[in-house]
Amino acid sequence: MVPFAGWSLPVQYSGTLIEHQAARTAAALFDVSHMGQVSLPAADATALETLVPGDILGLAPGRQRYTMFLNDQAGILDDIMVANHGERLVLVINAGRAAADIAHMRPHLPNLVVHPDRALLALQGPKAVDVISRHAPQAAAMPFLGVATLTIAGTECWVTRSGYTGEDGFEISILAHQAEHVAEALLAEPETTPAGLAARDTLRLEAGLCLYGNDIDETTTPIEASLAWTIGKRRRRQGGFPGAGIVQNQLAQGPARHRVGLRPEGRAPARAGTEILDKHGDLAGHITSGTFGPTLGAPVAMGYVRADLATDSTQLALLIRGQRHPARVAALPFVPHRFVR
Amino acid sequence: MAETRYTSDHEWVRLEDDGTLTIGITDHAQEALGDIVFVELPEVDRKVVEGESFATVESTKAASDVFAPLAGRVAEINEAIVEDPGLINRDPQGEGWFLRMEPGDEDNFESLMDEEAYQALLETL
Repeated sequence: MVPFAGWSLPVQYSGTLIEHQAARTAAALFDVSHMGQVSLPAADATALETLVPGDILGLAPGRQRYTMFLNDQAGILDDIMVANHGERLVLVINAGRAAADIAHMRPHLPNLVVHPDRALLALQGPKAVDVISRHAPQAAAMPFLGVATLTIAGTECWVTRSGYTGEDGFEISILAHQAEHVAEALLAEPETTPAGLAARDTLRLEAGLCLYGNDIDETTTPIEASLAWTIGKRRRRQGGFPGAGIVQNQLAQGPARHRVGLRPEGRAPARAGTEILDKHGDLAGHITSGTFGPTLGAPVAMGYVRADLATDSTQLALLIRGQRHPARVAALPFVPHRFVR
Repeated sequence: MAETRYTSDHEWVRLEDDGTLTIGITDHAQEALGDIVFVELPEVDRKVVEGESFATVESTKAASDVFAPLAGRVAEINEAIVEDPGLINRDPQGEGWFLRMEPGDEDNFESLMDEEAYQALLETL
């Protein structure tokens, strides 16, 4: 267990590699109750759109979407999931940003309700659908980024077909006092392995997904972060969100730097902060996340590089403990996503 | 019989019959590090001073330095752990050894913790 943002987080249970493998081949259950959960009346979609570049008005009931809070410089204040439950929009926000996000939302969204009484479990992996369907058969029919209220082990759960591993899976929101009961029921299934935050990190990195505070923060825009796909046509055209002018300009001109995937040669992982050098040995950027990818059996990293170096296969070098290690720019995700479509 | 001693950095040092020292990390160390995925060892013949960082291990969690428990010259390295770092987790005080050293002029082996002292240290953690 490690302390984080006032929470005590489970880092590992049986071992990171075993837990990682469980999520890639069977099912892994993560306790991600530290994530903040807040909700709004669905009628506040218009007001929410003044804070995020995502299309919230176009988010149909029963659907979920990834977007982010931006500041006036188009810097990312947090990345969030928004689920349309019909009458209400439920937002999942990062634990380390929750207090700041709530303070940021309040003046614009007076109907905001914070749900500190809700826990969040993530059931991830190719067998996750088999596990959850034994308790709630309707889960099998949910599409990727679908939203439903299901009963699991006699408990009402807000379920989305989503996750942070690149695998098919479900995130399950429950009242905290019922969380242990639901977790025990899912862990009792033979496919399920309990998994900690260390495996969650290796999984999301192989899947090319951003970690707030590492890969994105107030100094990076969604366009620099290669998250332009999260901004639909209407919002690109109409703007009406913080930093819209900067986003529109970067979409038109191309940003000066891009978040890219990097594959170091050899086995040495390049951790966050590692300097990236171009072929002349000049500083080209920094690694923002790096680890050893258990599924690939090789180190993987993400970082920002100058736009002229951001094409796949570009040869770069990483300065690890004073030594130059060759690396090349690689397409993200490193491990193909296996979401249901 | 070869005697094994320990450091407060959770390394073990075994005095072999030929006077060389075999060095690795303890079971407690591998447990604390978690799954080890990368090892960098010094070059053979490198002379190291006591306390110098002479190897690096990386787990899925973080990178850690390994410090020379005594001064000396690196005589042999265990290539098997470079190829398969998981050996350190599976057999830290056997197949997962790091390297062999010829001790320097000053013989400080006796200054390291014996088994009993190391066990007592572990009890305090």
